[in-house]
Formats: sequence, C-alpha cells, structure tokens
Amino acid sequence: MAAAVTNLLKKSPWSARFGLLVVFAYIFVAVFAPVLTPYGESEIVGSEFEPWGETFVLGTDNLGRDMLTRLVYGARNTIGIALATTCLAFFVGTLFGFVAAAVGGWIDQLLARIVDVLMAIPPLIFALLILTIVGTSVPALIIVIGILDSTRVFRLSRAVAMNVVVMDFVEVARLRGEGLWWVIWREVLPNTMAPLVAEFGLRFCFVFLFISALSFLGLGIQPPTADWGSMVRDNATLITFGDITPLLPAGAIALLTVGVNFVVDWFLHLTSGLRDEH
Amino acid sequence: MSTENGKGATGEVLLEMRGLRIEGQADEQWQEIVHGVDVVLRRGEVLGLIGESGAGKSTIGIASMGYARPGCRITGGSIVFDGIDLMTASEETKRQLRGSRIAYVAQSAAASFNPAHKLIDQFTETPVQHGVKGRAEAEADAKDLYRRLQLPEPETIGFRYPHQVSGGQLQRAMTAMAMACRPDLIIFDEPTTALDVTTQIEVLAAIKDVVHQFNTAAIYITHDLAVVAQMADRIMVLRYGDLIEEGSAREMLAAPKQDYTRQLLAVRSFRKEAETAPAQETPLLKVENVSASYAGLVMVLKNIDLEIHKGRTVAVVGESGSGKSTLARAITGLLPPLEGRVLFRGEELPPALAQRSQDQLRRLQMIYQMPDTALNPRQRVRDIIGRPLGFYLGLKGRAREERIRELLRLIELEPEDFIDRYPGELSGGQKQRICIARALAAEPELIICDEVTSALDQLVAEEILKLLQRLQDELHVSYLFITHDLATVKAISDEIVVMLQGEIVEQGPKEEVLAPPHHDYTDLLLSSVPEMDPDWLENLLQRRRAAQ
Repeated sequence: MAAAVTNLLKKSPWSARFGLLVVFAYIFVAVFAPVLTPYGESEIVGSEFEPWGETFVLGTDNLGRDMLTRLVYGARNTIGIALATTCLAFFVGTLFGFVAAAVGGWIDQLLARIVDVLMAIPPLIFALLILTIVGTSVPALIIVIGILDSTRVFRLSRAVAMNVVVMDFVEVARLRGEGLWWVIWREVLPNTMAPLVAEFGLRFCFVFLFISALSFLGLGIQPPTADWGSMVRDNATLITFGDITPLLPAGAIALLTVGVNFVVDWFLHLTSGLRDEH
Repeated sequence: MSTENGKGATGEVLLEMRGLRIEGQADEQWQEIVHGVDVVLRRGEVLGLIGESGAGKSTIGIASMGYARPGCRITGGSIVFDGIDLMTASEETKRQLRGSRIAYVAQSAAASFNPAHKLIDQFTETPVQHGVKGRAEAEADAKDLYRRLQLPEPETIGFRYPHQVSGGQLQRAMTAMAMACRPDLIIFDEPTTALDVTTQIEVLAAIKDVVHQFNTAAIYITHDLAVVAQMADRIMVLRYGDLIEEGSAREMLAAPKQDYTRQLLAVRSFRKEAETAPAQETPLLKVENVSASYAGLVMVLKNIDLEIHKGRTVAVVGESGSGKSTLARAITGLLPPLEGRVLFRGEELPPALAQRSQDQLRRLQMIYQMPDTALNPRQRVRDIIGRPLGFYLGLKGRAREERIRELLRLIELEPEDFIDRYPGELSGGQKQRICIARALAAEPELIICDEVTSALDQLVAEEILKLLQRLQDELHVSYLFITHDLATVKAISDEIVVMLQGEIVEQGPKEEVLAPPHHDYTDLLLSSVPEMDPDWLENLLQRRRAAQ
C-alpha cells in the first residue's frame, strides 16, 4: 500500500505535487493553530493598524488583533466550516441523486423539479435571504449553504448514476431481488466514486469561496471568530494607504483554491483513463 | 492521382509490408502486439485476415494506411504502397492517399457515420475534398454506386439520414463511400460482424460484386473463417500478432496445415450427445399467450406460447428486433406482460418482478450477452458469487467460502487463482464463466441465457457451450437459450422456437425444425448461415435467383 502510494507520487506531475503540498500545509496550520500562533485568536494585543514589525510580524488589524494569528485561525475556521458544508452537500446530493436515478419514474421527476426550482434562484441572493431570516450561526451557515450546494451535487450524481443503473449487473441485482439500498450502496456508488471525488474537490473550493464572500458581506462567520473573508473586509481601508495586508487573507483563499484544483485535476486524470496523446 | 483507367495491371504488387512490428500501450508500458508480419497484396486481389480478438488483424489492416491507432505505434519494418514508402512519407502525403487511394470500412457503420448529415453529403465530401470529382458528378456517382450495391431506391436513399436506414443498408452505404474515389485498396474491418445472418448475405454479395467490378484490391478482416472463405482469394491466419498460416483460400480450407487453423475450421461442429431428459407432464416453465409492449406503443411480443421441461434446452432463435430478448424480460418480470401468464411448475408467477417471492426469483436465473457489463467491476469474484449464496441460501463464513470454491471448480477455474480477482483481471471467457457460477450459486431450475456466446471468440464460445452442456448433464438444470446464431442452436438445443417480428413462426423438437420442409423464414435463416465452402455464397445466390 505504502509502496503503491510512493509509486503514484513519483509519477505525479509537478502541479499535483504542488497542490498536495499546499493542501497539507493548510491542514497542518489549521490543526496546530494554537501552537503556531503567538497570541490568542480574538485577543487585542496592540493598537489599531500597526505596521509589520518585530512584535507583530504582519501588523495588527482594525481592532488591534495580531494579523498573523488571525490568519492562522482563519484557516482553521474557514476550512473546517467549508469541509463540513461540502460533506453535507454531498451526503444530501448523492443520496437523492442516486435514489432518483435508481427508482426513476415520478420520484425522479419530483426530485429533479424541486432541484430545478432551487437552482433557478441565484444562490448568493438566496443564501443572503435565508441567513437574514434564520440568523448567522455556524450551524445555520453550514445547513443553508450545504442544501444550496447539494442541488449541484444532485445533478451530477444523478447523471453518473443513470449511466450505471442501466448496466446489466444492476439488472442482475434487481432480478436477484435486492433492495434499493443494496443497489445504491453496493452497485452504483463504487462505480461512480471517481467523478464524485473530483467534484468533491471542486465543490469544496466553491463552498470555500462562497463562505468567504458571505463573510465579506457580513453574513458569514461572525466576529470575533477569525475568518479570511471578513478579514479582507475589516482591513480593506488599508489598501488606500498602499498597505497590502488585506490582500494576504485573499491570497490565502486563492492559493488554497489553486492547490485543491491541481490535486483534483490530477485525480481526474488518473481515474478517468484519459491519457495524453503521444 | 489514379483514375479508373490509370490503374496498374492486375497482378502487380500494390502493397508490401515487411517485418511489420507494432507496439501497443497497456498500463503505461509498451508491449509488442505484432511481431514482424509480412503482408504482400497484388492489385485486384482480396486478402483475408483472420484470427481471434487480440490477434492483431485490425492493427495490421490499419497499418497498411501507414496509420496506428492512438495507444499504438509502428516500431519496425517497411510499408510500401504503390512505390510510396509510408514509413517515411510526410503526414500530408499520407493524408492525400487516405480516402482517395486507400479507403477503410469500419465494423460499425452506425458509429462511423455522422448522424447529423445526410448519407450523400458524407459520400461527396471525400471526392470533393481530394479534388477527384465535382459535387454534382460525385452525387451522380453516389447514386450509381448505391444501385450497384443493390440499395433500395438508389436515387433518393442518399438524401436520408443515417438513422433512417437499416444496419445492412448503412454498411453498404459505407462501402459505397469507400468506393467514392475508386481507391486501389479498401480495408474492410469486420463489416458484417454486427449484422444478422440474412442481412450479412446481402452485404457480402454486394461487397464481393463491387470489388470485382472495379478490380479493387481489398484486405478483409474477420474472425469468421466461413465468411472470409466467400470473400478472399488468399487467407492469412493470425494469432497473438504472429502469422500462423498463409495460403490460397481454397487450399487452406481443403487442407489446413496448422493445428490452429484446423481448430478454427472445426468450430461449430460441437453437438450435444447425451440423451436429454424426457418431457414430463407438467412443464417446468409454461408461457401462455403472452403479449408485451414497451410503453404500450408497439406490440413487441404477440401471443407467445412455449413450454420448457426439466433438464432440457429450448433455443429461441431470431434476428435483432424479433422480440426474443423481450420474451426473456417478460418471463423474468422486468417487463410485465400486457396479457397472458407465466407458469412455473404449474404455479402462476406474478407478472411483475417486485411481487415475486425470493424463492420464485431464485429458481429463475439469467446470464447475459456482455460479461463485461454483467459483472460489477468493483466487486471481487468472491463477492460476486458469494452474494446469491448469502442472499438466497443464507450461507455464511466457512460454508459460504467452501461453496464459492466448489462453484469455481465446477466452472473449471482454479479457486486459488481466481477467488480474489476483479472482473477487469479476467478474460472474456473467464468472465462469462463467473456469470454462469453466479447463476448456479442460486441453485436455479431454469437459466435464461441471452446471447451468452455472441460476444466471445469462436473457440472460447465453444468452450462455454460445452461447459453449459456438462452442467446440464450433471445438475439437470433447464435452459432457455436466446440466440441469433444457428450454429449455437444446432449445438445445444433440444427444442427450437423461431421468432419473427414478435411472433413464433415455427416451434418443435430440433430434428423436426431443422429437417425440411421448413417454414419460409426458417429456410431463409438456415440457408443464410455461411459454410466453410468457397463456392457457398455463389451457389446460394444462384439458387435464390432461380427460385424467384
């Protein structure tokens, strides 16, 4: 197993290695945030907008909190919430997608039309609307974005499952008298893993950006919890003075997005059987 | 550029490939798949390339255009076409040759035509592009060729789209397209493999005729020795990328030199020997007056009646669209019939799958045409065979494992080697054996075999038939054998049911159905099966013309 992984890594392109490095670095930072940071997450340690220097490596923010500390904690919060949201979206989306594909008929029609209705509303506006009503707690954020995103997952999983449920081996299972759960779990799921895992990576990026966008607008992760989206907004005024500090959280978002996409590309290439023409 | 008149003399060497070596890529590694084969083709000559899948016959055929499919590369030898060295020629030179002087006819015409354009537009594209003919001239030529290939309504058929003509017509339209520039060489890559026997005759006759009329050299690739015997002057037998035997068609059929060729010749000669169980009073399965349709539109099955007795084999034979697979779906409950009923041991089965009891499901198992899609690629052999054991019989742990091994031995696969494999690690014949084991695991009384040998190479298919026969002798299981291949029917059946357009046209014991007098359609089917006689096609066509 270990040998196989090493072998796989040896053959991977530089982009995938870079992507993996970035992803693992982010995970490391997120997990060990308390150890890596000199101050507390929402601790006010200096005056507002202090420049970069010895005490505060990346300066302080609009309330006098250490920028580096907030950046590191931001990784933890934003990634954690994005991961939970993506998992929820995938659980709901693939479950209903597979059921729609495997059962077909009016259940498929009903589910697909409900999804059409949800997808017809611009997601950002819809999320803003719902969050203003239910409030902006972290669970609400995860559920709302998770459900909205599950519509995209539903579309994909239904489409890939459609290609599998027409195979003879699924018919064999049905002739044997297997139930819906067996068909979905044992026959369909293992044969749709590749596109779904690839989509998971991409969806994670979108969710991540979406949360950051919501935070920037003030409806995402609420203060004093550190979050990259709101950090950009809170410190945006610095840009006018030629200070690039507010761009750092934005850059952190961009780098992770690029890294995840590299890994996903590589994975897609490996599993889809696509080969470069010689 | 050659024209009809400017062709060289018959007998002059047109294509010469020497020491041809081709590599193919598998799992990121290059492996040699053609090991130094020599091919010489003279003008006006038809060369047959024959072999099982993986023999390299298509690869060699395509290499004569100086082309290798993606994932393949030509690594050695020389390819000289009419004095032009295709190994060193520029892409542009080769592009000029392809389509105009060397043409290619693929196995699946349906997949090779662009569904968005009319036939005649696709026909004229090549000659116009190559500057051989103008548009109007090419259209007139298309109609002429359609007539020569005996297509119906040659004046107007070209203005149809590919989906508006039948498979056999499409294959002839494709041949017409290949003839468009009057090439010196046409490569036919299994052009009739996907067709029904009765359609195959028409296409074979048309191809043979037109190739002779224009004195075109051809490479005819097929896995069926009987077919190539009708078409080729000379035959090359290939296996695993090596030449086994080469010689004139007549000589080879009369006196094959190699064992492998003899095996190919002897294929389809298998017959069941053992006395089969006598018919009992209550049939195992009785289909009474069953009619079925898809979405209530067209009746696909009309008033079908048939009986299957214990330990016997009933073969349902018919061409594509005859409703024979639909019959299987109606019996299994996948497509509940509109009327009529299905009785199992005298007891009526609920029409729909969902209403049948687990025990009713267990007694009726099915084996499919494509073992590739009938096995879940993500399950190991152990799980594939083990599931019905656990599901129906409640076997667990040690007992289950023992039974899986027993079943593997029964289908002649070594348990130690195979129990942990995924379907991707098996050959086509092995996969089909696993499918058989999975069906047997349920301890069924009737197995429906839906074209179980048609996706396999002939020698492998014969082994599967022998296995099925042996299992019947040992286990007294009954088969409903659905097939379009009359050789299979002759080999394995006790009773024959002939279907045409959803109706049974003839049924009865094998000897009766196969012996004259036949129903007209049965006669057409039986006489259309190619025989290992080079004059068979000529004689048959003459007889049919005389009969009209």
